[in-house]
This record gives sequence, structure tokens and C-alpha cells, in this order.
Amino acid sequence: MTTRTTQRLQASFVRPTVTARLLRGRRRERPNLLGGLASVVWLVIVAVPLYYLVASSLRPSSEYLTAGPLSIPHHPSAANYSTVLSSGFTRYLVNNILVTASCVVLVAGLALPAAYAIVRSRSRFVEVGFTVMLMGLAIPAQATIVPIYLMITRMHLYDSLTAIILPTSAFSLPVSILVLTGTLRDIPGELYEAMNLDGATAWTALRNLVLPLTRPALVTVGIFTSLGAWNGFLFPLILTQSDSKRVLTLGLWNFQGEHGADTPAIMAAVTLSMLPLLVLYLIGRRHLLNGLTAGFGK
Amino acid sequence: MTTSVNSGRPGAIWAVPALAFFAVFALVPMVLVVALTFTTWNGLGSPTWAGLANWKHLFHDATLGQSLWLSFKLTVISWVVQTLVALPLGVWAAGRQRNRAVLSTIFFVPLLMSSAAIAVLWSALLDPNFGLAAKIGPWLGVKDGNFIGQPSLAFYTVAVVIAWQYIPFHTLLYQSATRQIPEVLYEAATMDGAKRLRQFWSVTLPQLRNTVVTSSVLMLVGSLTYFDIVLILTNGGPGTSTRILPLHMYLTGFSSFQMGYASVLAVILLVAGTALSLVVTRVTGFRRMQSQREGL
Repeated sequence: MTTRTTQRLQASFVRPTVTARLLRGRRRERPNLLGGLASVVWLVIVAVPLYYLVASSLRPSSEYLTAGPLSIPHHPSAANYSTVLSSGFTRYLVNNILVTASCVVLVAGLALPAAYAIVRSRSRFVEVGFTVMLMGLAIPAQATIVPIYLMITRMHLYDSLTAIILPTSAFSLPVSILVLTGTLRDIPGELYEAMNLDGATAWTALRNLVLPLTRPALVTVGIFTSLGAWNGFLFPLILTQSDSKRVLTLGLWNFQGEHGADTPAIMAAVTLSMLPLLVLYLIGRRHLLNGLTAGFGK
Repeated sequence: MTTSVNSGRPGAIWAVPALAFFAVFALVPMVLVVALTFTTWNGLGSPTWAGLANWKHLFHDATLGQSLWLSFKLTVISWVVQTLVALPLGVWAAGRQRNRAVLSTIFFVPLLMSSAAIAVLWSALLDPNFGLAAKIGPWLGVKDGNFIGQPSLAFYTVAVVIAWQYIPFHTLLYQSATRQIPEVLYEAATMDGAKRLRQFWSVTLPQLRNTVVTSSVLMLVGSLTYFDIVLILTNGGPGTSTRILPLHMYLTGFSSFQMGYASVLAVILLVAGTALSLVVTRVTGFRRMQSQREGL
């Protein structure tokens, strides 16, 4: 930055009216044609597949073969959705909910006390443990599938939902703890001291001070963990087998294999699998997006 | 004195459950995977000692060289393409205008989809008979619309689908980072007479340096783990033309049941991932930046 810019910068701090005038000026500047054009191109790239997804899922199978891929469905019907639901998808949906909920409870239950200890305890052990965990951020889960398969079979957990929950949660822990420590560091020490003067123990401080103040961060952690668990593919793939333990991602793949030619039904299955997240997205977009970039977006 | 300082503070024990849990399911497997490279195991029964046989097999693996090359190529292509799209798009989407907000809502929808959902959707789109590929192929010079059936095209098609999946995430990173750039910097630049492009080069880009690093690390390390999309879309085919390293490892272990040799490939993956993230963080001083931001 030039010195001239710096001077202007200081000037703009001193004279707020100038800032206000400039702000109004910026809003009125000519439209960004290049940016607009590029974004429309990207819009087409994103929206056309999504339109295809929904439109195909509403087509009767007969229409799919005759109508063009992007035509508007002439006789939209929900028949494909009932085909999908009657082929076991309700069970996959329930399995997904069970896995996701368990992962969130497990991760939050483990990460919050750990983050609390990392920020507030003076133990060298905790410090080292945290450093090791941060290095764990870089471990690709793929590299561990053979030993995890071995461990899970030795624990007699193969082909159970627990088998999916345990490693999925473990790999969500580092980011979750990172997010929570970030928020916990923002709580001023004076607040803890005030509680200490009242004779509060570590436990009461957690309940009355830490928990209320970290609630937004816990929401972020919950969403981050949920998205990972809901969309997880690798661990279910190697750790489960039977239809009754199948989750949505595997169910989709399996459904594609069984109904190879029935594209409308397959598209209905894809739409159904993302529906819960889509509803969540429409209700709380900001929370969801914060959860997605947890730990990286700050 | 010590007691008064430590009173009301949680002890180390509070962190033990999380650390122990993480150790069992993430650190132990890392040690175990190295041990497993010296064994023969078909996934049933128990691993038996095999000495260096699996490591020697590295030199007889005809597909390994190609797998490594494909993974390398995919990493570089993904990094370049995704950054070139996501960065300007994120900066554009950071504007508070109403139309940008509406478009961004649509841009981020792919973020909700699992890799399985994306791969299944694209399988249908790329169907050369009834999919969109049949219509669009001729425009792009692929007359039969068979994008994933030809070895030379399949790899780039996979790269495009992967970009479709990950660009929204990186756009989101750039969008939220751009919104945190202090407005005064732009005001100052405007007073100096800087036009939009100049502002982008002299204010936005330097301010996004940290985000470029974060996003690059995630892309580079992440590209070593793209696997589910490829498995569902092409299963490494046609032939071995899309058999990237993580897929090669998965198929060796869970399709050919050579767990010992799959572990060797996993170790390569692990070393490559760690080396890559170490190099990027060292070169750019990422850790320093992280701690700077923690203070903000």
C-alpha cells in the first residue's frame, strides 16, 4: 500500500462523512459486466444438473425415454418417489438419522470437555495431546481403512451402525475441538475468576459459563459433524454389508446398480437422500454454511 | 499459590476421553497400517507374517506408475481449475447485492449432496443414450456423447465432476473471507482513483492471501482422497484410465483382498499427504498465519 493510500485511510477514519458519501458512491458504480457474465455461466453449470435431477425424478418412466433430458415434465408424478420409498429407503433414512445423531452426541460430548481443558487447564499433557490432534487434521481417512476394518472385525462390530459411528466421530474430533477452543479462548478470564470467587468448581463453570457462551460454536460443530456423517460413504462401504445396516449413500449406489435403466427412479432416490439437508438449508442457511466451513472459514 | 491459581480449572482428565478416542481410531490405525505392510491377509482370519514381500511387490505392480501419475495429474488440474473458478466467483458472490445473494443460494446447493449422490446424478447426465451428454456431446466435439466410455476422455470428465463438487465449497471460503476485508481499504483505493480491476489486484487479492493458502492446502491434500466419485462413476475404468491411487488402494484391499499390499499403498498415500501439507504450510508460513488470526 502506498503512503498516499495510508494517509487517505487515516483521513477516512477521521472524517466519517467522507466515508458515508463514498459508500453511497460505491453502490452506484456501473455494474460489473464481466463478473455478472461469468456468474451466469457458472449458474448454468450448477443449475442445469440440479434441474435435470428434479425434472427427471418427476417424469414417468415412459416419458423419460421419449422426452428430451431438459424438457419440462408433461405429466409430473410422484410415482418414482413411492417406488424408491417402498424399496427400503425408509430403513436407510432411519439408519442415517441414527448414525448422524449418535455422531453428533458423541463428538459434542467428547470435544467440549476436551476444548475446555485445552484452554483452561495448565497441563502439559493436554497441550501435547492437542498438538498431536491438530496433526491428525491431515490424516486422510482413506489411508486407515485396512487397519480400521481389522480393528472393527476384531471388536466384533462388523456390519453394525456402531462400526460406522466410531471412526466417523473420531475423524470429526480435531476440527470440532479446534472450533470450540477458538470460541473458548474468547471468553475473558475475568468471568472465570468471578465464578471462582463464588467458589465455583470446574464443573459449575462449564455448566453456567462455558455452555451458554459456546452455544453458537456447538451448533457449528453439530452441523459440521452431521454433514460428514450424513454424507459419509467410505466407512459404511468397508464396515457394513447387510441391507438392514445400509445408510443412504450406499443405498443410493446399490439402488443405481439394481435399477440401472430406471433413471427417473434413481433421480428420485438422489433427491430424497438430500431432502433433509435441503430443508435445513432453506431454514438456516447461515448456520449450515458456517458449519460447512467450520475451522477454515474464519 | 498454585492451588489458588488452579482452583476451579479443569484438570487434564477432562481431555482424556477425547484424546483416547482419537488415539484409538485415528492414531493406532496409522501405526497398524505400517505393521500390516509386513503381513499377508485376505480380510478373513488373521494376518500372517510376510516380511518384505509386499514392499517388493511395488516393483511388479504394473498399474502403480499410472495410478501415481493420474493422482498427480488430478491434484494439479483440480488445484488450478478450482482456484481459478472459486476465487473470482467467491469475490463476486461476496457483494451484498440482492441478485448476488439469490444466485449464491443456488451456487451452494451442491454442498449439500454426498459424493454418492453427485456421482449417481452425473452417471445419469453422462449416459450417452438418454442423458444430457447425448445432446451436449456434439457441441463439444464428442459425437457419440460417450464421455466416460473412452479412456482418453474419462479422466478429464472425472476431473470436471470433481470440480463441480468442490468449487462451491471453495467459493464459500473465498466469499466469507472477502466479506471480512475492511471496507476502508476500498474507500482509500477509490480515493486514489483505483478502478475495479486495480482494486481486485491491489486490495482484494493480497487480503485473501491466507484464504488462498487454506483453500490450496485443502484442495491439494483433499485431492489425494477423491475416491468415492471415481468408484461410482467409472470404477477406475475404462481399463485403468481413471484408477487413481486411493481407488487403486481400495480395490487392491477390498476387491482383490490383498490387504497387505493395500497397506503399502496406504502408507504411500499417508506419506504423500503429510509431505504435501508440510511443504505447503512451510513454504507459506501457514501456521504463523493461523495463530495471527486466532488473536483477532
